[in-house]
Amino acid sequence: MKTTQSPAPVPAESGAPVTKADTPAGPPPKEKKEGTVLNAFSHGILVLWAFMVVMPLLWAVMTSFKDDRSIFSSPWSLPDTLHFDNWSRAWTEANMSDYFLNTVLVVGGSLVGTLVLGSMAAYVLARFDFPGNRFIYYLFIGGMSFPIMLALVPLFYVVNNMGLLNTIHGLILVYIAYSLPFTVFFLTAFFRTLPTSVAEAAFVDGASHSRTFFQIMLPMAKPGLVSVGIFNFLGQWNQYMLPTVLNTDPDKRVLTQGLVQLAVSQGYKGDWSGLFAGLVMAMLPVLAAYIIFQRQVVQGLTAGALK
Amino acid sequence: MQHGKYRFIVGFLALPLGLYALFVVWPFIQSIYYSFTDWTGLSPEFKMVGFDNYSRMLDDEIFWKSLQHSLLFALLLPVVTISLALFFAFMINVGGRKRKNGPVVSGVRGSSFYKIVYFFPQVLSIAIVALLFAFAYNPDSGAINSILRGIGLDGVQPLWLGDPDLALWAVMAVLVWSTVGFFVVLFSAGMASIPAEMYEAALLDGAGRATTFFRITLPLLWDTVQSGWVYMGILALGAESFAVVQIMTTGPGGPDYSTTVMVLYVYQKAFRDGQAAYATTIGVALLVVTLAFAAVVMRLGRRERLEY
Repeated sequence: MKTTQSPAPVPAESGAPVTKADTPAGPPPKEKKEGTVLNAFSHGILVLWAFMVVMPLLWAVMTSFKDDRSIFSSPWSLPDTLHFDNWSRAWTEANMSDYFLNTVLVVGGSLVGTLVLGSMAAYVLARFDFPGNRFIYYLFIGGMSFPIMLALVPLFYVVNNMGLLNTIHGLILVYIAYSLPFTVFFLTAFFRTLPTSVAEAAFVDGASHSRTFFQIMLPMAKPGLVSVGIFNFLGQWNQYMLPTVLNTDPDKRVLTQGLVQLAVSQGYKGDWSGLFAGLVMAMLPVLAAYIIFQRQVVQGLTAGALK
Repeated sequence: MQHGKYRFIVGFLALPLGLYALFVVWPFIQSIYYSFTDWTGLSPEFKMVGFDNYSRMLDDEIFWKSLQHSLLFALLLPVVTISLALFFAFMINVGGRKRKNGPVVSGVRGSSFYKIVYFFPQVLSIAIVALLFAFAYNPDSGAINSILRGIGLDGVQPLWLGDPDLALWAVMAVLVWSTVGFFVVLFSAGMASIPAEMYEAALLDGAGRATTFFRITLPLLWDTVQSGWVYMGILALGAESFAVVQIMTTGPGGPDYSTTVMVLYVYQKAFRDGQAAYATTIGVALLVVTLAFAAVVMRLGRRERLEY
């Protein structure tokens, strides 16, 4: 396939010759036929995948309203009556409310911290020339390709020695540290695109550097902060590996941890319906957030890989 | 802008850089150092043992198994996921072009619906996805086997996660399920920035869909495909495979270590078996594999950069 490697169009104005040389002009009628057959086929596959994505989720929702017996006897039947008691049992007895609260605290704190610290570092790295600037930038970026597990073993002892093991604020600090690589990467690119003139004007008017940052640059960077904020929200809300290692106190568990523990212990107790209710409870907030902020989520998630 | 510049720079960088150095960079450097010791992780004492851990690793059968599985994850998962995603993204963005009075290049009907739905699994925690599928795979009461029964395949009732030959594939399928949507959206964004004139020209020349895809879309999208490939490989070697294998397979690590991956093996050695130094050694191997993987993909994928 040599031809695909360098189809750089030489006569740039026409923009056409990419395929001209390679493809003999096919007769249009034949093409049309191919189109319809392919259409039915490819539509079928698209529908099938949509079905495969939605079915497990609907199945989980359905199961969360059933009693234990019918979960086992007929996994796909509709619930005979809506067992809302599964939900209330999961919320109170299975401690889902505590896990929820812990997650909200950890993610809330980390998200604010990540955005504040990340934008400070990114702003300095994007707009100031100083020795070591490049080095620090690449030090941050390098973190995106680390296998986190490698650092987790000594990290456990670092956190332990600081007395931060099994604490909410310890988890927050670690979440922030591990969210910084992508956040700095994304926001540095973003701050570079903002016009310098406004900041310079403010500076001439006597505003300090930090005042310029907080009152002028940060508000201008709002779209970027929203994108990277949603990205971090999803990542931190869904985090599983860090809390599994650093947070073994049953009272401090976050949602993902709590659910996995619940699955283990329900294996003995046999409260599967309660467990499904918990699963759905943990799924709904992020699905709802995604549907509402769909455009920003996609922007935030794709921006990194596209740049 | 010189006044107080350095004080400002230091003030703004100190906290983020300090946190990052303390919790990410420092443990990372330490772990390489620990791999040359006999540290258990349980007591503070340890001594240097040179390359003992490394030679032990080379004789460790389970290590080789986990390496094999991790490589399978890193090589096969991106191929399947990215191929599927390219196909979907092409259909969604370029595939439906035979409509009257519409734009020359457009997606199939309902393309924005597909884009939203396909992305659902991506926003869910991998831990939740793993739990959900652990139930779905349950041989007696799970959704999958009962579908098979429902369509008359009573004889086909695999044990899925309990079968050493199937467990690894069942786990990998879950990762495909959960990541395809991200790449559909990623590639859609890339395809949207390919100029419509290119497609128009190809259409005038009578190119069919397959030709259009292989001669225009794929070459122009190559950079995105490549970075997606590296990203997926790193995920498959690291956090994602940890969660699915740890949560879904019995043991965990599957019957007869049939699903153990490197990242899980690191975790078990460090936090279950009290062999922190040996764990970091496997971690170093994991780092080498990750870097080698990224280097190979970048090299194989190198092409002339296309400007458009």
